[in-house]
Amino acid sequence: MGSDYGKLDFKDLISMEQLDAGQIDLILQNAAELKRVLERDIKKVPTLRGRTVLNLFYENSTRTRTSFELAGKYMSADVVNINAAASSVSKGESLRDTGQTLNRMAADLIVIRHPMSGAPAYLGRTVSARVINGGDGLHQHPTQSLLDLYTARDKLGDLKGMKVAIVGDVLHSRVARSNLSGFRTMGAEVWLCGPPTLMPPGLEDMGAKITWDMDEAVRNAQAVMMLRIQRERQASGLFPSIREYSQRYGLNARRLKLADSGCLVMHPGPMNRGVEISGEIADGVQSVIEEQVTNGVAVRMALLYLMAGRKGGDGE
Amino acid sequence: MTEAVNGGAAGGAGSEGILLKGGLVLDPASQTEQVMDVRIAEGVVQEMGVGLDAAGARVVDVSGKIVAPGLIDLHVHLREPGGEVHETVQTGSMAAAAGGFTTICAMPNTSPRGDDPTVMEYILRKGAGFGLTEVLPIGTVSKQSEGKEISEIGLLYQAGACAISDDGNPVVSGLVLRRALEYAKPFGIPVIDHCEDPDLKDGGLMHEGYWSTRLGLKGIPAESEAVAVARDILLAGLTRGKMHLAHISARQSVELLRFAAESGIPVTAEATPHHLTLTDADVQGYHTSFKVSPPLRGEEHRRAVLEAVKSGLITCIATDHAPWDAENKDCEFENASNGISGLETALAVVWDALVVREKMRPMDLIARMTLGPAEVLGRKDRGRLRAGGRADLVVIDPELSKRVDRGTLYTKGRNCPYHGRVYQGWPVLTVAGGRMTMRDGKVMYEG
Repeated sequence: MGSDYGKLDFKDLISMEQLDAGQIDLILQNAAELKRVLERDIKKVPTLRGRTVLNLFYENSTRTRTSFELAGKYMSADVVNINAAASSVSKGESLRDTGQTLNRMAADLIVIRHPMSGAPAYLGRTVSARVINGGDGLHQHPTQSLLDLYTARDKLGDLKGMKVAIVGDVLHSRVARSNLSGFRTMGAEVWLCGPPTLMPPGLEDMGAKITWDMDEAVRNAQAVMMLRIQRERQASGLFPSIREYSQRYGLNARRLKLADSGCLVMHPGPMNRGVEISGEIADGVQSVIEEQVTNGVAVRMALLYLMAGRKGGDGE
Repeated sequence: MTEAVNGGAAGGAGSEGILLKGGLVLDPASQTEQVMDVRIAEGVVQEMGVGLDAAGARVVDVSGKIVAPGLIDLHVHLREPGGEVHETVQTGSMAAAAGGFTTICAMPNTSPRGDDPTVMEYILRKGAGFGLTEVLPIGTVSKQSEGKEISEIGLLYQAGACAISDDGNPVVSGLVLRRALEYAKPFGIPVIDHCEDPDLKDGGLMHEGYWSTRLGLKGIPAESEAVAVARDILLAGLTRGKMHLAHISARQSVELLRFAAESGIPVTAEATPHHLTLTDADVQGYHTSFKVSPPLRGEEHRRAVLEAVKSGLITCIATDHAPWDAENKDCEFENASNGISGLETALAVVWDALVVREKMRPMDLIARMTLGPAEVLGRKDRGRLRAGGRADLVVIDPELSKRVDRGTLYTKGRNCPYHGRVYQGWPVLTVAGGRMTMRDGKVMYEG
């Protein structure tokens, strides 16, 4: 592959901050094409035949891992899943050594999910295979953002000037950070909302609008994205109770009425029904949560095509 | 117990003497700033003056260069005993000689810890044997540095401890710190505190601010340092003990130091070369050489600490030399150990930042690395340049620019954030106890 990385002119995809609007557009357009494969009876194209994709997951994940696995298989790549808990990693092998080993096995692309921010960037520096960040710590989850962008654009059209509200545990959310960057790059206005203890400093300097008042965040929004709240955050004293959190930062029918009439309801999953989102809203007509999952496969197929395909997707 | 032990210890140029010819002598203690010769013999500065006779001494032309007292580093981690894979007294001493240091103070967070007189004696004996720099051991404030009971401070002092510190950890209990400040008074040695509130630090990995949010690394607020600084200053006022604050990194800490100075509370402080020159923005890329405790902070903090060093509110520059082998640093940012190897680059990094860029007087910068630390230690026998005094000197080439290459360092630590950067103003000759220990960057030691 050498230094010719094709239209995505970087070796590793670590952060949405790397992508300009043209590159995001390229990925989403390819995703739209490849999504048709998912609608076929025989879901297989030969595009990535002879290419090897490794899923290196240091964190539990059902949807991201499965989504990458299917994306690769639908395009005929050889996909190997490495569950770090079940490999030599649990015997104390360093990420560096694991990366070297996988590199020696001639992987073309490694998807890594890791609980520590920066681990994919570190891995990328130590291996010649291209690396896609499948979610790292509190940092970034670029493929989630790309599938969210795909879903929003599919429903809303051009995102320029749209108001997107992201609500919940912003402090611990790589989804919030990725989407702040991704939606802004595509011209949307991004509001971040949560209790002050879950809102880290510097968000405004990153271009976000900030509020602690969920009604203000949701008002006239074209999309509301709810973040998963982990119960252990309550135990560490970041908010007093699930009951209070749900009342102040949960999405319910009353709040959704404040939004634009066609407002999309999004959630990266897995959901805590009745905590950050009420069941009726999650299953309601405005919810695109299930479509997000399908689009996730299409977007990952596009990325694998552009990053693991011959000459970065130009050749086939 | 504190006598120079390296005079001529390994032979070399000690016996016949050295004449440093035509350098600009800068001595902060006497405010001497004059081009003159310095003749050294038998471990002592024999005479200083214009047109000195060589009198059989080896003549070294140092015209165009600066001759200053040997540098003193209040804060190094030599890792020995216990952490020899990262550094030893020998490799640390070589790094010190390369960096222009003639006295370094070794922190006690070793294994076994420096809470026992035998460890003090071990460090002293080892350091003396190499004759490269004087290594003064620091004892612990508390037994096992657990912060519960004060150490045998008197026995540590008798065995050679130049200070006490639980560095690496703060002394969390105000009561223990109070007792230590009071109990150490008869010995005249400083209590050095690593100022940090562990609750507020809360497992953070870098300075809290824009960059911690953007990089998704848990933040450490500047206030986690400043609240500890405030407490330490108030306890210094209460006890009138010798309180010295390690590696100040936060603007708020500087403001509190100003309060202390205005209130007449006796407290001294140090700043590191890295906090004076690097910021949290350098952490982008997750390069672990930039992971350090306290963390690299934002520009406003760097600026405030730098101004305090310039003005003399902070009287010492100390490296917090903290070497680690690759295993501890070649990994994920979160898994990496805190620390920067700084002995060999310290002078050039601060000379470039403070003298070249900030137009600080060379005399003042030299004071922060010589007289300032000597006063903290209460040692009148070093940090000064005068006829009849110890022949600890460094010759600085203020025009020399060099690119840092971590592959050529004497320290075992490769955790050097300055790698690849160019700095101006390097030590080119070190004389420790009358013996030439470094010339043109090469340490003179045959093992």
